[in-house]
Amino acid sequence: MKLRNQLKAALRSLGKNKMRTFLTMLGIIIGVASVIAMLAIGQGSKESIQKQIANLGTNLLTVFPSASMTGGVRMEAGSSVKLTMDDYKAVSSRCPAVLYSTPTVRTSGQLIAGGQNWRTTVWGVYPDYFNIRNLEIEKGAAFTLNDDRTATKVCVIGQTVNKYLFGEGQDPTGKIIRINKIPFQVIGLIATKGQNAWGQDQDDIVIAPFNTVQVRMMTVAYIQSIMLSATSEKMIPEATDEVTQVLKERHRLGPSEDPDFSIRSQADISSAATATSSILTALLASIASISLLVGGIGIMNIMLVSVTERTREIGIRMGVGARGRDVLLQFLIEALMISLIGGLLGVGLGIIASGVIASIMSWPVTITIQSIVLSFMFSTVIGIFFGWYPARKAASLNPIDALRYE
Amino acid sequence: MKETIISVNHLVKIYKMGDLEVHALRGIKLEIYKSDFVAIMGKSGSGKSTFMNIAGCLDVPTKGEYMLDGVDVGKLNKDQLAHLRNKKIGFVFQSFNLLSRTSALENVELPLMYNSKITSKEMKERSINALESVGLASRAHHFPSQLSGGEQQRVAIARALVNDPVVILADEPTGNLDTRTSVEVMSIFQKLNTQGITVIIVTHEPDIAAYTNRNVTFRDGRIQKDLTVEKPRNAAAELLTMPVLSEEDTI
Repeated sequence: MKLRNQLKAALRSLGKNKMRTFLTMLGIIIGVASVIAMLAIGQGSKESIQKQIANLGTNLLTVFPSASMTGGVRMEAGSSVKLTMDDYKAVSSRCPAVLYSTPTVRTSGQLIAGGQNWRTTVWGVYPDYFNIRNLEIEKGAAFTLNDDRTATKVCVIGQTVNKYLFGEGQDPTGKIIRINKIPFQVIGLIATKGQNAWGQDQDDIVIAPFNTVQVRMMTVAYIQSIMLSATSEKMIPEATDEVTQVLKERHRLGPSEDPDFSIRSQADISSAATATSSILTALLASIASISLLVGGIGIMNIMLVSVTERTREIGIRMGVGARGRDVLLQFLIEALMISLIGGLLGVGLGIIASGVIASIMSWPVTITIQSIVLSFMFSTVIGIFFGWYPARKAASLNPIDALRYE
Repeated sequence: MKETIISVNHLVKIYKMGDLEVHALRGIKLEIYKSDFVAIMGKSGSGKSTFMNIAGCLDVPTKGEYMLDGVDVGKLNKDQLAHLRNKKIGFVFQSFNLLSRTSALENVELPLMYNSKITSKEMKERSINALESVGLASRAHHFPSQLSGGEQQRVAIARALVNDPVVILADEPTGNLDTRTSVEVMSIFQKLNTQGITVIIVTHEPDIAAYTNRNVTFRDGRIQKDLTVEKPRNAAAELLTMPVLSEEDTI
C-alpha cells in the first residue's frame, strides 16, 4: 500500500474516535511539554549560575601566601607576607599560560566626600585587574600603568560607593574624595556588577593604582596576592602548574616540599556549580520523561483495544490482499501519528509553559533547540516502541480467524 | 479442452480442537474450468465452507495439492498468499464485510490499494467501472449504513471484481438477503459469468444453485455428486416477471 494512502487511512481511523485519540495524545502532549519545561528550567538555572561565576572574572586564578606560623600557631590564610613584587614579576614574565596578571593589596578605608562618608575596601592593583575581573568603566576611564609608576592619587569607584557619596546616577568623575584623609581624584565609575553568587556586593569597591595604595596608604613592601587569568578556561591547570613551579623555584622549595602559597581557581567553583545544576536538570528531565513513558503506555493500551475492535477490518483487508507488513504499517503509522502530533502540540505547550513559569515564578528559563529536538525524537521513539507490539499483533492475525471474529 | 482454473487433488483439512480431530475435508478431487459457474452445495458441516476458504487462499490445507491458475498454492508463504488473493481472487461474503464509515467507492478501491502498481487515477476509474457493472455507480459516495442489504452485497461484488480476478468466490452470497434481492444478486453473477468470469458460490439453497451451470454437492468432507445443470434458470428474465414489492417477497 502506498504511503500516501496509508497516511490517509490512518488519519481517517484516528478521526473516527476523536475523543479517544485526543486523550491518548494528551499523555504525549503533557510528557513532551514537561520535558521541555523542565529542561528549560534546568538550562536556565545552569546559565544563570555560569553567568554569575563568569561575573567574578574570566579564568581567574588567585595566588595567596600560605598561613603564617608563629611558634606553632597558624594564622589565617594570606597572613604571611612571603609574596613580593619580585615574585609577581617572575610569574608575569615566565608563565606563558597566563594572560593578565596583577599584584594586589587591599585595605579598608574611610571615604569622605562633601558631607557624606562611607567605609569600604580599597584595592591597589594594576590596570590588568579590570580585564581579569571583567570590569567595565561606565563613566570616565581606568587609570594606567603610568599612574601606577608615579603613584598618582586617582581612583575608580563602584556604583554603591557612588550612591552613598554622591547620590545614585551622579557622575563622580573629576570629584575629590578623601580616603583615610588622603585626597584622591575620582577618574572613573565602574558599571554595575551586582551581587556575586554568595550575595556579596561587587559594586562596593574602590580601585586605585597598586603603588599608590601600597606606598601611600599602607606603607608596606609585600603584596597580598597575585591575581591572574589563564589564556583560556582549558589552560587553567596549565597556568596553575607554571605558577607553582616558578614560585617554588623562587622560594627555594624542592618539588616534593609543600608550597608556602596556595592557588585558588574559579574552575573548581565553576565545575562544582555546573555539576550541581546538571544533576538538577537530569533529575527534572528524568521525572518528566516518566510522564512521557506513561503516555507511551497509553498509546499501547489504546492501540491494543483498537486492534481487537477492528479485528474484522483487519480480516477484510487481509482477505483482499493486505500482507502482514501492510497491516503492521497501518497500525504503526496510527501510533506514530498520535505521538508525532502529540509531540508537536507538546512542544508548543512546553514553550508556553516555560514562558508562564518564567513570568510567574521569575525563574531564569532557557529553551534550547536541542531540548525540543530531543523530546520530539523521544516521543517518536515512544510511538514506534509502544506501537510496535499492537501492530505486530494485528499483522500476525490469521485472515480466516479475523474474518470470523464477532 | 477447457482451461483449468482450479485443480485440487486429495485435499484434506483436519481441524485440531485439543485432542479432538475434526476431519472437515477427507480427500477432495475437483477441477473447475474457465467460465464455469459452479454452486457448491451441502449441509452445514459438509466441508463446503472449508473448501471455499482454502480455494480463496484464506486457509491452507492439511494435505493435498491445490493449483490455482497454474500456481501451486501449497508452496506459497503468507505474503505470497496475500499477493495471490489480491491478484487472482475476488471474495464475496455472506455478511458483506464492507468497511463501515467508508464510502462504497472506497470500499471497492480497497483491493487496488494493496496493488502498488496502480495509480490513484486508475484506481478511481476501475472502481467506478466495477460499481457501474453492478448498477451502483450513482451510490458511489454512500456509506454502507445508507445502503440496503442487496446494495451492500453488490458493492461487495464490485470489490471482488475490481482487481480483474481469475475467479470470484462467493460464500453464501444470498444468505442474508430476501428472495427478490437474491435473484438480483444472482442475475449479476450470471451477467459476469457470460462475460467470461469464473464464479463459484457456496449455497445450501437448491433454488439458488439452479441459476448456476454446475452443482457440486459435498457430504462429510467428500464430494457426493457433481452434476451439470441442463437448463439453468435465467435470473434477469425472472426479475422482469417478479413484482417489485409484494407480501411474498418480504421476509
